[in-house]
Amino acid sequence: MSASDNMIQAPAVRSKPLIVRHLPYFLGVAVLVALAASMQFDGYILNILLQATTFSIAVFGLSVVLGLCGQINLAQAAFFGFGAYAVGLGTADLHLNFWLCLVGGCVITLIAGAFLGMSTLRLGGHYLAMVTISFQQIVTLVMINAIGVTHGPDGVANIRRPELFQSSQSYLAFCVAMLAIVGYLVWHLPDTKLGRAMRAVRDNELAAGVNGIDVFRTKVYAFAVCAVLGGLAGGLFAGGFAYVSPDQFSFAESIQFLTMSLLGGVASPIGSAIGTGLLILIPEWLRFLKSVPGLYLAIYGLSVILIIRFMPDGIWGFVSDAFTRWRAHTNAPPVAGALQLKPASAGGDIVLEVTGLSKHFGGLKAVDGVDIAVKRGSVHALIGPNGSGKTTTLNVLSGLYKATSGKILLDGTDITSMAPHQRTAAGLGRTFQNIRLFRSMTALENVEIGAERPGNTMIGKGDDALTERAMEALSFVGLGNRANELISSFSYGHQRLIEIARALASNPTLLLLDEPAAGLNSTEKLELHELLKRIAAQGLTILIIDHDMTLVSEAAQHITVLNFGRRIADGESMAVLRHPDVVSAYLGSE
Amino acid sequence: MDLVLQLLFTGIGIGAVYALVALGFVLIFRATNVVNFAQGEFSMVAAYLMVVCVELGLPYWLSFVIALAGMALLGVIFNLGVYYPLRHRTYLPVIIATIGASILLSNSVLAIYGPQPQVLQGWFDTPGIQLGPVYLDSQYLLIIGVTILLVLFNFWFFEKTLLGKKLQATSQDKEMASLLGISVSTMIMITFIYSAVLGGLAGILVAPVLFVSIQMGSTIALKAFAATIIGGFGDVAGAIVGGLALGVIETFGAAYISVPYKDGFAFLVLIAFLVFRPQGIFGERVAEKA
Repeated sequence: MSASDNMIQAPAVRSKPLIVRHLPYFLGVAVLVALAASMQFDGYILNILLQATTFSIAVFGLSVVLGLCGQINLAQAAFFGFGAYAVGLGTADLHLNFWLCLVGGCVITLIAGAFLGMSTLRLGGHYLAMVTISFQQIVTLVMINAIGVTHGPDGVANIRRPELFQSSQSYLAFCVAMLAIVGYLVWHLPDTKLGRAMRAVRDNELAAGVNGIDVFRTKVYAFAVCAVLGGLAGGLFAGGFAYVSPDQFSFAESIQFLTMSLLGGVASPIGSAIGTGLLILIPEWLRFLKSVPGLYLAIYGLSVILIIRFMPDGIWGFVSDAFTRWRAHTNAPPVAGALQLKPASAGGDIVLEVTGLSKHFGGLKAVDGVDIAVKRGSVHALIGPNGSGKTTTLNVLSGLYKATSGKILLDGTDITSMAPHQRTAAGLGRTFQNIRLFRSMTALENVEIGAERPGNTMIGKGDDALTERAMEALSFVGLGNRANELISSFSYGHQRLIEIARALASNPTLLLLDEPAAGLNSTEKLELHELLKRIAAQGLTILIIDHDMTLVSEAAQHITVLNFGRRIADGESMAVLRHPDVVSAYLGSE
Repeated sequence: MDLVLQLLFTGIGIGAVYALVALGFVLIFRATNVVNFAQGEFSMVAAYLMVVCVELGLPYWLSFVIALAGMALLGVIFNLGVYYPLRHRTYLPVIIATIGASILLSNSVLAIYGPQPQVLQGWFDTPGIQLGPVYLDSQYLLIIGVTILLVLFNFWFFEKTLLGKKLQATSQDKEMASLLGISVSTMIMITFIYSAVLGGLAGILVAPVLFVSIQMGSTIALKAFAATIIGGFGDVAGAIVGGLALGVIETFGAAYISVPYKDGFAFLVLIAFLVFRPQGIFGERVAEKA
């Protein structure tokens, strides 16, 4: 508690257990299930309700992959079809148990989804769009042509339901219960570690990587979750309607799922349910549109364009946005204690040892055989004129670029060939010159993602400990009272501070600061300088890149100077700044 | 051996169509960093325009001119209605909007014209010529010839003319281009018009070989996109080589393996490339700067 005696030690954040807070939800669900089981619907209404519940589950999948993780899936109908055919062929042809078929269908879609995701998710989004369309087409081709297995265009009839839910009424009640459970999980997902990782990936992949998130794996998880929900929904659908055929799982249906998801609001299961309900009911009301083939899909196409243009967050997004803004101003963040930094130490004197580091872009040697040794507990500056290779060095250090040659040791661990998120797990923290925050999240959520880095020993178990740590970091940079505001409401200088708080919350062994003073006014620069002093006072080692000579000369004890990708000077600050080569590099010489 | 040569000829002919549509993809991608998922619908709409004009009794050449002019207009409308309002958003909304546009275009044509596939006469009266063991269909010869001419034109246009250089500058760095006095929105408009006409041309050329149907657009577009990935995304030469390769693979696959799964081969090749060589034959740089 050395640096924080003047701060009030606040009570720790403790909230009621989740299950208690969400009790109203489960009570509501129980009422709905009871209603579904007891009300006497006629067959037409029953079918519409069955369709709406099963489709909603499939659309929940899209809200995970597209809404949370920002990845597109244009083959949801194919995954839906996998589940439906598993239950259909399994119960009708092979006379297997319904539950076995349902679970089997989910496993098959999980594998298919994971495989498809792994083949494509390292690449840009347009690949994913095209590959999912291709996959959808292949699945449709197989459903129609592999007549021996799938019965081809005739489809599968006489699909059975479980013994327990033989009547349509009870089966509907069962589907509503499934919808409620899946909906609950999807609703809760954004506030879990995986959900936060997905949102971070959606908002900024690079920043997610350097904050310890395995971007590729997160995307594959999101994609697999989406596929499984599609498979589950399809299995339930097949049981409900007792008959399936290939045209129910075509590309057009995938587009319908997408439209449902976009219309309601892609980011939330509530939106998904609204969109699904509307797009099942509206065509029933406007039945005459179906008399002209194509007209009704043409309207879907047009709605997609219009929704994207005028209502990108969908109906529910529109409503909940207003709510979030209102809550940010009324819901005061919890008070936090003082941030403690306890950088890990393997014992050596040198925290970062870089030897012979090179990065070549084709013929250009951006970094050429650079050595840097950063002493434990010191503030070390890396300076040099524009184009000298500073930022490239930083990007090689944090793993965004692969080193052409050379070796990087972080606290004795060789991190040279690690991916960015692995380096973060090993104890590296960094900020960016052009700020990279997760823009759709609050300041607190941004910092929580930092705190969540694998291997952070400074947080306890559970969400409350995480929030506590993040609040401490935000308060440390002086923004604790604005924790629940969205990033867009902060000034440029404050966004920079949030980025630093995000890195500090992870309790790094070494903090890399990429031009932290760039774009700050003189007051903000003074504050930054004070902040750096307070960080250094807790023994955290800092490697800083900046142009601001006042900041560098006052804050850093040790300076390395680069020019044209090579190290031209290295040593104690004052001596280096007087070094003739350094003076000529900055001011020019004869 | 004779069959192999015959299939090779047909494959190259079909591949040339994929190459033309792929070229349209690449041009729009380079100018806007967006994949236009309605590119195939340009081909389909042009083929229908052609059918309508010919049925009205207009001469073939006039129908051709009208259809291409219609495509230029569609390019303008597409840019203003779909791309332009979203130009400052990320790629995902734009992709989704172009998918919406693709659904809108194909189903509007379906609503107007009905599901019955149409037949379009070829350009020439002579069906083809026998050259040794291989029968050269005149329409395929035309397709191959036009593709060669267009590739040459493309090279001349982008490398030798000022407008072509302005377009290139825009696709490489929009901010810098606008600082140099190039109107970025005009350049993007030109790109959309050009690639709509290119897609339309491919549709008109391939129509006599296939049926004119609602699905022809998406089928061609998917394969053209697969071609761009196989060739190396964003690369003009890659799009052409990829398109030709895909046409040949598909023709041989249909002849020797399975006809109903003909349309599946392209996707299998695509997925194989994505797994083993995602940068394609000529390579795409897939990296973002920090």
